[in-house]
Amino acid sequence: MAKIKGAIVIDVERCKGCELCMDSCPTDVIRMEKKVNGKGYHYAYMENPENCTGCINCALVCPDAVITVYRKKFED
Amino acid sequence: MEKENLRLDEIIREENIVFHKTSLLTDKVFSYCPGCGHGVVHRVIMEIIEELGIQSDTIGISPVGCSVFAYDFMNIDMQQAAHGRAPAVATGIKRCWPEKYVFTYQGDGDLAAIGTSETIHACNRGENIAIFFINNGIYGMTGGQMAPTTLSGMKSSTTPYGRDTMLMGNPIKMTELVATLPGTYFVTRQAVHTALYVRKFKKAARMAFENQKLKKGLSFIEVVSNCNSGWKMSPLQANRWMEENMLAFYPPGDIKINGELIKKT
Amino acid sequence: MADIKLMKGNEAFAEAAIRAGCDAYFGYPITPQSEVLEYLTAQEPHKRTGMIVLQAESEIAAINMVYGAAGTGKRVMTSSSGPGISLKQEGISYMAGSELPCLILNVMRGGPGLGTIQPSQSDYFQATRGGGHGDYYTPVLAPASVQEMADFVRLGFELAFKYRNPVVILSDGIIGQMMEKVELFPQQPRAVEFDQSWVTTGKTPDRERNIITSVDLDSARQERHNQDLQKKYQNMREHEVRFESINCDDADYIFIAFGSASRICQKSVKIAREKGIKVGLLRPVTLFPFPAKEIKKLSKQVKGMLCVELNAGQMIEDVRLAVENNTLVALHNRMGGMVPTPEEVYHALLQKFSIE
Repeated sequence: MAKIKGAIVIDVERCKGCELCMDSCPTDVIRMEKKVNGKGYHYAYMENPENCTGCINCALVCPDAVITVYRKKFED
Repeated sequence: MEKENLRLDEIIREENIVFHKTSLLTDKVFSYCPGCGHGVVHRVIMEIIEELGIQSDTIGISPVGCSVFAYDFMNIDMQQAAHGRAPAVATGIKRCWPEKYVFTYQGDGDLAAIGTSETIHACNRGENIAIFFINNGIYGMTGGQMAPTTLSGMKSSTTPYGRDTMLMGNPIKMTELVATLPGTYFVTRQAVHTALYVRKFKKAARMAFENQKLKKGLSFIEVVSNCNSGWKMSPLQANRWMEENMLAFYPPGDIKINGELIKKT
Repeated sequence: MADIKLMKGNEAFAEAAIRAGCDAYFGYPITPQSEVLEYLTAQEPHKRTGMIVLQAESEIAAINMVYGAAGTGKRVMTSSSGPGISLKQEGISYMAGSELPCLILNVMRGGPGLGTIQPSQSDYFQATRGGGHGDYYTPVLAPASVQEMADFVRLGFELAFKYRNPVVILSDGIIGQMMEKVELFPQQPRAVEFDQSWVTTGKTPDRERNIITSVDLDSARQERHNQDLQKKYQNMREHEVRFESINCDDADYIFIAFGSASRICQKSVKIAREKGIKVGLLRPVTLFPFPAKEIKKLSKQVKGMLCVELNAGQMIEDVRLAVENNTLVALHNRMGGMVPTPEEVYHALLQKFSIE
């Protein structure tokens, strides 16, 4: 059966840690890192990457356009 | 775990990109607070200009307010307007370049207070431009003072005990107001705090530029947004407060399409 | 064949605007300059040359339309009178700051406040000191005839594009309203032949985006910008001084007057000369830059200078600065729409300098 898998890449240094992406994710992929970036923000990362479907919701609400979204169809 | 990593390597490849930052945004980091709606609105407008392929025919006007430096982020020709005067500046540009796309980007202090005259008359003349009106119910840049759009009872740095409408007047609904003018062709109220709203806003923004191409008249798009710094809330709290309070008073949706007011059923 | 017409100053200005290849005019009615907008709308210049004419909702909107249109690199203009010019100062300051060319006509009336609709020269300070907020100047041309109301449109646009700066034509209710014969220059093309690399056209792939702005929060950069502007104004001082000198060579006394007041003084010179008093007239044509060098030169050869102004005495401050105490400087002035007769000015000369 074909399976859609997604992934996101965060531009860590530009992330301001607003958490809107985390809130918008329907599959609970995103968390905020305990560490901070150069600006002192807790940046977003994929805590549960296996759940990501590449739906782009996080990228749509991201006010700083720091999220790139990838999606690939896998034939199992 | 190793298998999962392998999978990510397979997914995170150029050919699999389904969303990336538009090239019409510059590399400069937005000067906006974390969670501010300006960034989303900037990005969506630039996405539309990129998708329509009209960068070389588009001139934007930045206001006075937090988005005064919009031209630092938007990779298009832009002119910065005095407080509230963006619709007049846009009129001057559009009259000289009738074939170009011209839009203003204005906050609620800019458009709904000091610029009401310019706004109403540009709308009334039916200038063939797009006005993007970002309404967060407060003066963001100057530090959170009351705006004409501040809700009744809402606290700001100049209404520390809440807006008393007996003393300070009522919040103004500019969008409903300009919809009554014959010069406006498309009038809508949107938001950008959830993915669904962003998708709807993008559709409306696209229409605003397409209307210009067809010389239909003025498109007026309000975006109800947050000001978590001014409202003294976290970004997530601010969006929830906005949904419960701002959107209750400023309901999202189209108000006028194709020059016709939408009848409420 | 010369194209000579009998016209009001305001009408000559408007006709000259069309002929100078002006691309857009944005205005708002106010006495005593409403004929400019009326003449332009009646002429339908969009049919003659493609020029745009729009009546704005206010002077503030009009000047901001000019600001936007000037950003497209076109020849654009507006006109008003005192109270309206005050409202336009915001936009003029923005244009000075962002270095945009445009032409602004002020047909002066008496003030302060709503004042009077009668002619006056009470906006001299405002025009020659920038007018709005911030450190800036605009070239100021003072027409003294209907002919100059027409000719200064072309000159004004030339200066505006040469320096990328707003240019003010400082007229008054007399020059704007009176009718005289005027020889109109032939129609010029609308194309602007100046550098257009900075204008907003939409960003093309071959260049960086063009941004028209006056704001910069970086103090070091803002200071450099201010220094560059000041260099530009200094450049104007060195190259753009214009004046008219009548019977000054052998004069013992000199009238200094601009615009309508200088016309009265011309007659006063005649009266004085008939009585055997050697009097001349120095008429500044540019009020900024001011003909200070010429006045200083004259101050060393004369016994006195009489400034004649239709205001409380504004230009006299620039004259005093130029004269550096080399000679006596006196004032004869009228205000509120009152205009002196040539005889009155002549007698003022006798009295101020105790001429027997």
